Amino acid sequence: ISWWGGVQMGPPDPILGVSEAYKRDTNPKKMNLGVGAYRDDQGKPFVLSCVRKAEAVITAKQMDKEYLAIGGLGEFTKSCAQLALGNDNEVLKSGRNITVQTISGTGSLRIGANFLSRFHGPRDVYLPKPSWGNHTPIFRDAGMQLKAYRYYDPSTCGFDFKGALDDISKIPEQSVIMLHACAHNPTGVDPRPEQWKEISDIVKKRNLLVFFDMAYQGFASGDIDRDAWAVRYFIEQGHNILLSQSFAKNMGLYGERVGGFTVVCNDAEEAKRVESQLKILIRPIYSNPPMNGARIAATILNTPDLRSLWLEEVHGMANRIIKMREELVAGLKKEGSTHNWQHVTDQIGMFCFTGLKPEQVERLTKEFSVYMTKDGRISMAGVTSGNVGYLANGIHAVTK
Amino acid sequence: IATMSVFCEVPQAAPVAVFKLSQDFNNDQFPKKVNLGVGAYRTDECQPWVLPVVKKVEKIIVHDDRLNHEYLPILGLPEFRSSASKIALGDDSPAIQENRVGAVQCLGGTGALKMGAEFLRRFYNGNNNTKTPVYVSAPTWENHNAVFANAGFEDIRSYKYWDAEKRGLDFAGFLGDLESCPEHSIFVLHACAHNPTGTDPTHEQWKQIAETMMKRNLFVFFDSAYQGFASGSLDKDAWAVRYFVSMDFEMLCAQSFSKNFGLYNERVGNLTVVARDADNLKRILSQMEMIVRTTWSNPPSQGARIVAITLNSPELFTDWKDNVKTMADRVLLMRAQLKAKLQALGTPGTWDHITEQIGMFSFTGLNPKQVEYMVKERHVYLMTSGRINMCGLTTKNIDYVAESIHEAVTKVQ
Repeated sequence: ISWWGGVQMGPPDPILGVSEAYKRDTNPKKMNLGVGAYRDDQGKPFVLSCVRKAEAVITAKQMDKEYLAIGGLGEFTKSCAQLALGNDNEVLKSGRNITVQTISGTGSLRIGANFLSRFHGPRDVYLPKPSWGNHTPIFRDAGMQLKAYRYYDPSTCGFDFKGALDDISKIPEQSVIMLHACAHNPTGVDPRPEQWKEISDIVKKRNLLVFFDMAYQGFASGDIDRDAWAVRYFIEQGHNILLSQSFAKNMGLYGERVGGFTVVCNDAEEAKRVESQLKILIRPIYSNPPMNGARIAATILNTPDLRSLWLEEVHGMANRIIKMREELVAGLKKEGSTHNWQHVTDQIGMFCFTGLKPEQVERLTKEFSVYMTKDGRISMAGVTSGNVGYLANGIHAVTK
Repeated sequence: IATMSVFCEVPQAAPVAVFKLSQDFNNDQFPKKVNLGVGAYRTDECQPWVLPVVKKVEKIIVHDDRLNHEYLPILGLPEFRSSASKIALGDDSPAIQENRVGAVQCLGGTGALKMGAEFLRRFYNGNNNTKTPVYVSAPTWENHNAVFANAGFEDIRSYKYWDAEKRGLDFAGFLGDLESCPEHSIFVLHACAHNPTGTDPTHEQWKQIAETMMKRNLFVFFDSAYQGFASGSLDKDAWAVRYFVSMDFEMLCAQSFSKNFGLYNERVGNLTVVARDADNLKRILSQMEMIVRTTWSNPPSQGARIVAITLNSPELFTDWKDNVKTMADRVLLMRAQLKAKLQALGTPGTWDHITEQIGMFSFTGLNPKQVEYMVKERHVYLMTSGRINMCGLTTKNIDYVAESIHEAVTKVQ
């Protein structure tokens, strides 16, 4: 007999399930639009040149492999915070932030959730509806309860601004509100600056604790400062935010697990206390973070010509996505679709909430071998100039 | 609105002792200072050592254009997981042949312990039974307690292990605890090179431990952080783990490749799962995926790649074993020399334990006052427990350290 007889089979991961099914399909025209990883115009994974160059620089230095500090590589955490907040940010000057290196975005959110659970419980966390599928289990595992505020409007495939403000105005004081800094996942729908301003006001009024998830800085518009606008605006407005950053997408460092978690505090003294507690949280999970990816990221951010190269390449990735959006809309028009597909170009970042219903998604998969998640989300990264026409044809066929 | 901070009540936490020790050492200006704290290998020049085989493999990786930085699967790099489990269990392990061994690539040994602890808390001895006692040795690695506590276990106890008086294993005490503890308790066992005492049970003693654990339905959770590093032989150091597998235990084994590969900062670890059969294994791994997903999503690729490439190439594997033996041999040499020098100095007490103990650490037997003397007066940094890292000793500083111990023992009671 086994200790584990009662252990149930865990449910298959919805997104991974898409990739598995795609792999099994023998149709030569098949498309994987589930994957949340950038692909080039040949549909291949893309290793940035600035990354390869940084790796060569690092290899030549022949550094040792001694443990990093619990909070990670100093050069990385410093430049990570600067990237998000802007070099001249008053927060950085006064040292009132603590930024620790984390295991990419997930690890960052998890540390944040654990921190909140220990020092800000019992408070609820409010997620936009919908949000990244992993947000809920992360916070739940950390012991927090999840609630939602209206965000996506299916009737317009856009932002439900009124609904969001309405819901936020009713959130109990001191609750945590999760905001996607840019390129909302899964909808691609971001508030406009004027809308962000009103959100900031109402959040302030309700005395809510803001937790920004920024997984796509640079990747959304192609401009790192523009993508960080909301984060910087909120800080300017006096919100002491929590911030999760990922370098998985914008540096293509997915498997190296590079991320940062920041707490903006009242002053440097508070930041020191918070830092000490973050270390206590991190140590029993993985002791200290992995070096490789952070070293690559730090080298890129701190070497002027690598940094310029990176900005160009990020711009390039964002532009290709934007171009695919435009070509998809043009393609649909060409097919004779009479639907309004403006949301495809209005939405921003890697994902597009097409507005397709589950039955239409199923047909698209069965008849055209186009793989995507049931909610109608497609990863624009999986679209290329070679297959965008086929995609337009398929979408038109199931929606006409 | 920033006036009333949400975090104004957050207290300053105490620093982690072993890292604070290194910090103090770094800040010390004394020219003859010696760091016998943190558990990392040092050469005879007192330098960190990147294994030659690691340098070789890193070159291979950086020049391989087919490799990219895509996400690994949630459970990690398949070639790493299987070869790492083989290292622990042996190539010809019947359990592996029976398809009932699986693994989760984790962030170092800590990460592997964490995943195992989270899994056990959720699924062992009922569902979410946080009251199941977890036993760690007295003393043990200082992070064991926190790993299990943070996973939700409420009752963490110690089992008798170190006999300070005789400076050896309190085997009768250990067995006594195994006999009297609540059924189904979880026991964290050090596979070899016990940290911090360097004192391991003999084969005969392990057999008795296994027999008692089987009889009393106790759960076996091995922590294997020093395989190869302890005796210089991978197989010798894995004897206990393999014995328990042969005795048909369902068990977990947290493996670290930090020390034996010198890959400390790449966080390379593996949680090997030995299940009753393939079906149980499948369900276990599916649940492990759920836990991984909310903690780090998927593990870092660099370190696992280095280990996988090494273990799966006969030539590189041989290189690696040589490198491991180099490290183990230097430690053995330092042990022999330290004991010889203390004996030559006529330092009171017996010093046989220095050469009887195994692995990176030695429990010297120095008391906290004597340790304080070592640190403050002699600038020789070691843990309050009297634990020294043998790797911090070199042919150049061993005389100074021996003299310091001599002074501490003779001047301070």
